[in-house]
Amino acid sequence: MAASMIWDRAQSIYNPDDLVTDWTDQEVSTGTTIMALEYDGGVVIGADSRTTTGAYIANRVTDKLTPIHERIFCCRSGSAADTQAIADAVTYQLGFHSIELDEAPLVQTAANLFKEMCYRYREELMAGIIVAGWDKRRGGQVYTVPMGGMLVRQPVSVGGSGSSYIYGFMDSNYKTGMSQEECLRFTGEALSLAMERDGSSGGVARLAAISEEGVERRVILGNQLPKFNSA
Amino acid sequence: MSSNNNEWRSAAVSTGTTIIAVRYDGGVVIGSDSRASMGGEYVSSRVINKVVQVHDKIFCCMSGSLADAQAVTNAVIHKLNFHSMQMGEPPLVQSAASIMREFCYNHRDELSAGFIVAGWDRKKGAQVFDVSMGGMVVEQEFTIGGSGSTYIYGYVDAKFKPGMTRQQCVTFTTNAITLAMDRDNVSGGVVHLAVVTESGAERQLIPGNKLPVFQRI
Repeated sequence: MAASMIWDRAQSIYNPDDLVTDWTDQEVSTGTTIMALEYDGGVVIGADSRTTTGAYIANRVTDKLTPIHERIFCCRSGSAADTQAIADAVTYQLGFHSIELDEAPLVQTAANLFKEMCYRYREELMAGIIVAGWDKRRGGQVYTVPMGGMLVRQPVSVGGSGSSYIYGFMDSNYKTGMSQEECLRFTGEALSLAMERDGSSGGVARLAAISEEGVERRVILGNQLPKFNSA
Repeated sequence: MSSNNNEWRSAAVSTGTTIIAVRYDGGVVIGSDSRASMGGEYVSSRVINKVVQVHDKIFCCMSGSLADAQAVTNAVIHKLNFHSMQMGEPPLVQSAASIMREFCYNHRDELSAGFIVAGWDRKKGAQVFDVSMGGMVVEQEFTIGGSGSTYIYGYVDAKFKPGMTRQQCVTFTTNAITLAMDRDNVSGGVVHLAVVTESGAERQLIPGNKLPVFQRI
């Protein structure tokens, strides 16, 4: 008994894993905060810009707002490799579908393509995706495809590790009938709050507004993010 | 759905919870939800009060394992009472927090409970202490705790301003707990409040149908 206790103590003093940094064998993850909301005439989407491998920030200016088609974007969270692969595959499929139809694809179509892939390969994938865009039939739409492969349309949706911290803020501050500017400000504030609390989110806040006119992209740099009092 | 939903029978009772305390000039407002759950599936009590009075003007909120939290709280009440009698005067809020921390730190490997200690004393007025699992103590203007607190970090960071009045603090606390209960499945029920000032302590209960309603999305 005494001998085994001594052995345990020795193991706790010298742990071989401590000699190798954790980021050499950790998966690259977009531990993240992503958000999208509908307004009358389009959608506003936003994301932070941090990609981590363990404790190392592999990319501090990542663009997690990925175009899938002219007026359809997706916000990526989870494994960076998985989400990039899925987004590339859906971009191809949607492009092909759009050429066949000879018209702009529906946001719902894009969302369903994401869902098909995320659900079919749900055991192997780690991807939480928000699909948002504008089409002629239904205007601005936001669809969320969380891990597991569910698909649901929501007026406002948040995702990623940082999203937990802003559910309360989102529930209390969202109201229907906001203008594009109000939506952009709301998204900027929400991202800022999440980035402040979540260690895996940070950097700059990237925003985009998608409407019939097209896509307008913005960046809020770190020192320009809204500041809040906090204890 | 082929889950064995008898797992809750062998799960420990936990106050998966939302607790909050905020200080204003003249007093503190303390609040909690009222749900005790087992295994995240069964609500063993929908009306427990997690805001416990440890002395005339000092309260504490429990989170984590209910058994551990109650055991520690009872020990603190006893020790604080004794200390107060020895000193011959009402205890300091910092003393209560300190006694709480003694227990939490010395038994940190066995316990699984976090607390908020808040109240009023003559030396420093209104104070809020966060005594987290493991035994760290931090004094803050306001603090949130429990599983439901994750969802309201953004809200409280955005909404809190120094220099709020008592009524603003009560609204702030009620809104925060309501938002957390709306998102956390192991927080719920009614909102228990306590307001502590120089003149004493006052409890309040806000039933489910009187809670603020936020946009249902």
